[in-house]
Amino acid sequence: MANINLRVNGKAHTVDVDPATPLLYVLRNDLDLHGPRFGCGLGQCGACTVIIKGEAVRSCIRPISTVQGAEITTLEGLSQNGKLHPLQQAWIDEQVPACGFCQNGQIMTAKALLDKTPAPTDAQIRQGMASTLCRCMTYYRIQAAIKRASKTVSTASHESGSEVIA
Amino acid sequence: MTASRRDFIKTSGFLVVGISVAGDLSFAQGLGAGPYPDVDFRQLDSWIVIRPDNTATFFVGKTDLGQGTGTAFRQIMADELDMPYDKTACVMGNTDVTVDQGGSGGSDALQTDGYPMRRVAAEARRVLLEMASARLGVPVAQLAVSDSVVSVAADPSKRVTYGELIGGKRFNTALTGNNINATTGVAKLKDVQQFKIVGTSPQRYDIPAKVDGSLKWAVDAKVPGMVHARNVKPPFAGATLVSIDESSVKGVPGLIKVVSKGNYIAVVCEREEQAIQAARQLKVNWQKPAAAPFPTSEDLFTFMRGAALTSSVPPVVVGNVETSIKGAAKVLEADYEIPFQGHTSIGPAHAMADPSNDQLTIYSNDMKSYGLRDGVAEFLKIPRDRVRVVWMEGPQAYGRTAADDAGFEAAFLAKEIGRPVRIQWMRNEETAWDTKGPAFAVKVRGGLDAQGNLVAFDYDARAADFNHLGYNEHDTVLISQLMGNRRAMPARGSAAMPDEKYGIPSRRMASSVVSLPLIWETPLRTGNLRDPNGPQATFASESFIDELAAAANADPLEFRLKLLNASEEDSGFKRARSIAVLTAAAAAFKWDPRPSPKRVSSGEILTGRGVAYTFRSQTVVAQMAEVEVNRRTGRVWVKRIVVAHDCGLVINPETLRRVVEAGTLYGLSRALHEEVRFDTEKVTSVDWASSPTLTHTDTPESLEVIIVNGDPNPKRPDLPHYGAGETMIKPMMALIGNAIFDATGVRLRRVPFRNARVLAALKSANV
Repeated sequence: MANINLRVNGKAHTVDVDPATPLLYVLRNDLDLHGPRFGCGLGQCGACTVIIKGEAVRSCIRPISTVQGAEITTLEGLSQNGKLHPLQQAWIDEQVPACGFCQNGQIMTAKALLDKTPAPTDAQIRQGMASTLCRCMTYYRIQAAIKRASKTVSTASHESGSEVIA
Repeated sequence: MTASRRDFIKTSGFLVVGISVAGDLSFAQGLGAGPYPDVDFRQLDSWIVIRPDNTATFFVGKTDLGQGTGTAFRQIMADELDMPYDKTACVMGNTDVTVDQGGSGGSDALQTDGYPMRRVAAEARRVLLEMASARLGVPVAQLAVSDSVVSVAADPSKRVTYGELIGGKRFNTALTGNNINATTGVAKLKDVQQFKIVGTSPQRYDIPAKVDGSLKWAVDAKVPGMVHARNVKPPFAGATLVSIDESSVKGVPGLIKVVSKGNYIAVVCEREEQAIQAARQLKVNWQKPAAAPFPTSEDLFTFMRGAALTSSVPPVVVGNVETSIKGAAKVLEADYEIPFQGHTSIGPAHAMADPSNDQLTIYSNDMKSYGLRDGVAEFLKIPRDRVRVVWMEGPQAYGRTAADDAGFEAAFLAKEIGRPVRIQWMRNEETAWDTKGPAFAVKVRGGLDAQGNLVAFDYDARAADFNHLGYNEHDTVLISQLMGNRRAMPARGSAAMPDEKYGIPSRRMASSVVSLPLIWETPLRTGNLRDPNGPQATFASESFIDELAAAANADPLEFRLKLLNASEEDSGFKRARSIAVLTAAAAAFKWDPRPSPKRVSSGEILTGRGVAYTFRSQTVVAQMAEVEVNRRTGRVWVKRIVVAHDCGLVINPETLRRVVEAGTLYGLSRALHEEVRFDTEKVTSVDWASSPTLTHTDTPESLEVIIVNGDPNPKRPDLPHYGAGETMIKPMMALIGNAIFDATGVRLRRVPFRNARVLAALKSANV
């Protein structure tokens, strides 16, 4: 066991765990952040996805010792000032989820995708989301929601004049 | 009313239940210590609570598998009750607070269970109108009701709200009915034309909390003092536990106990990652069984065709198929093969059980929570009213949780340890050991006369389905089997016959079951996989109809319509509705009438189109697809799908559309990817690499759902609402196989259509 310092959704935490512990278990069991979920423990399905330094990261296979000090964002941290992220709103507008268990991974992976590619083509969406699995098969609506959100995101970044790094 | 139910209703404020009661754990803790008797379904108060603020909560004994049934229940009940939809909430599947409607299964939520819900809501409205009549001093006939306000028709200023009439009080109205499905008051149901909320599309109330991360799922259940468990499963099917070397986990921090009984082993630790480590580290000496438990997945169908039948059902016979085949101008014969397919849930089995207060509370996503309660009570030999199941949302696998292994294990371990225990399976355990849909080998024969008319159809299916698991049976869930429990008479299992309304002069449809060598403690245990047996039977029948159409040089759609026109009418107007969905699909798809196959082109991508149709219970579906087959790689991409769907009265069109879309793609996944692989010792498909599923890259470019109402009298006041959760899955294997045939001229008679299989078939046909 060792003390590990984490920054999650803007808050600092210190946890006393084995440094090899996958980040997922600490987020879920110590910080009670239940957005990321266990799906495979192998980094294959994406249900556990969080965002670290702009990258969608599979927290089920990421040892906690390797994310010390990094800013970690979970699904719970996407909304700003009580306003849902455009992707979350698009997910509601499109009524995307069936059971919803995988949707954390879908939304977080889409977030990382749109942050890099605000106006993705259909092919870029398929490729970017390829290894994020849904067993209810809501893929068709997920892709529609990403397109819907990308319009909001592109418009917002255009209006604010912010640079987009592709 | 039980103590816990009273507390529950008191503590479940409208806002909380409006978002998601099932996800709110606070109500479940610190409630009365039981006992937890059944909720009396013959009392109106058991179903509906109306508060002084004019809001209502409906308590129903179903669970929502992510198909929006909770929203639909609110719609039908609010409509019968004349309440605004957004002033209602719904609580589902908690055994001590909701009536026992059996949980979910069989797509019967609206088709069957929706009726008692409507009747009790109508009865509540009737009682409220009588109360209003007394309060306002005018007969019921002179009252009007709208949005939970009752007013005098002639003088709308005289009014009273439902909340003022009943808020905070009990109805104390007895209902009748021999069983819960027959529950009724004396009020009549509304004619469907009177509905205002049914037929509209309020958004699903469960979705916001699923996208902002606030929902508490069964995987999130956590109470003070809770510990974590993991299984150590036999490495070989049918293995016997010889010894456990507990010293091998001595150094694991947080270890509480290694629990074992028979061949069942679990480790319990303070923390989750510790339990995972202990389970991996524990050294166990297993003995392999004397005989191979099953053939390899490559040899499965040869084995099945050679196996003795464990049971058969009397065939359905029309005319004389042998005579008709002898007299036929052209006879076709084919064998279709469908492997075992797993439920392979996105989230492995899990549950948490709390033994506090000498009761057992199980937090579970079991779709049949009531059965879990009964099964656990029987398994652990504790009184049923000391067990309750708090149903919470979970990862769906559409049938997997009906045999809820983790719920039983959590309950057993909590009792053993005397602390709340949470258990979760790892991915390799879930994919290898979950319940499977049975493998089918189907032999079909057909005869065409000289004019190309189908005169004989002979269907003979055998399923590897012996000892099929029932719902939460205390002696068939995996932990019980591993502990050595055996029932004297294993379930017979079943195969299935095709569902269509074709008029064929002679037909015979036979089905039987065979057994694999190992029937207990086997990872190839069969259970109800979403639309049990439907895809298998329909793959054979609807592919073979296509083969016959091609042999008759007929357009496959016209061939089917001709057969339907030769059929006789039946209850539920299924023949008329079958024609209607096929016609609607063809119009939307812009079906090009011609025989299949298309002339094979020379490019790398071969394109083709296909059709398939079936029904399930009373719901009818026709699907058309356009596929691209890559001649070089064997990859099949389904570019476009049209689904024409008729489930009678539609409660929520937008939710239905999504259910049909997702179900269609689930059927596509089973057609393209899914197959359980095994050697003669164990299942070898154990994760998402070895057990692939549909992904984003497979998603069609266009997926169109046409909601058809093919009832000859769609305006009838009693138009039923049929189930819509499974029918669209059934034709998908045949649909894709038919489209591949159209594109390539090659008929694939074994699913899934993985690249290598398709490529090999194209090569051997010199395509």
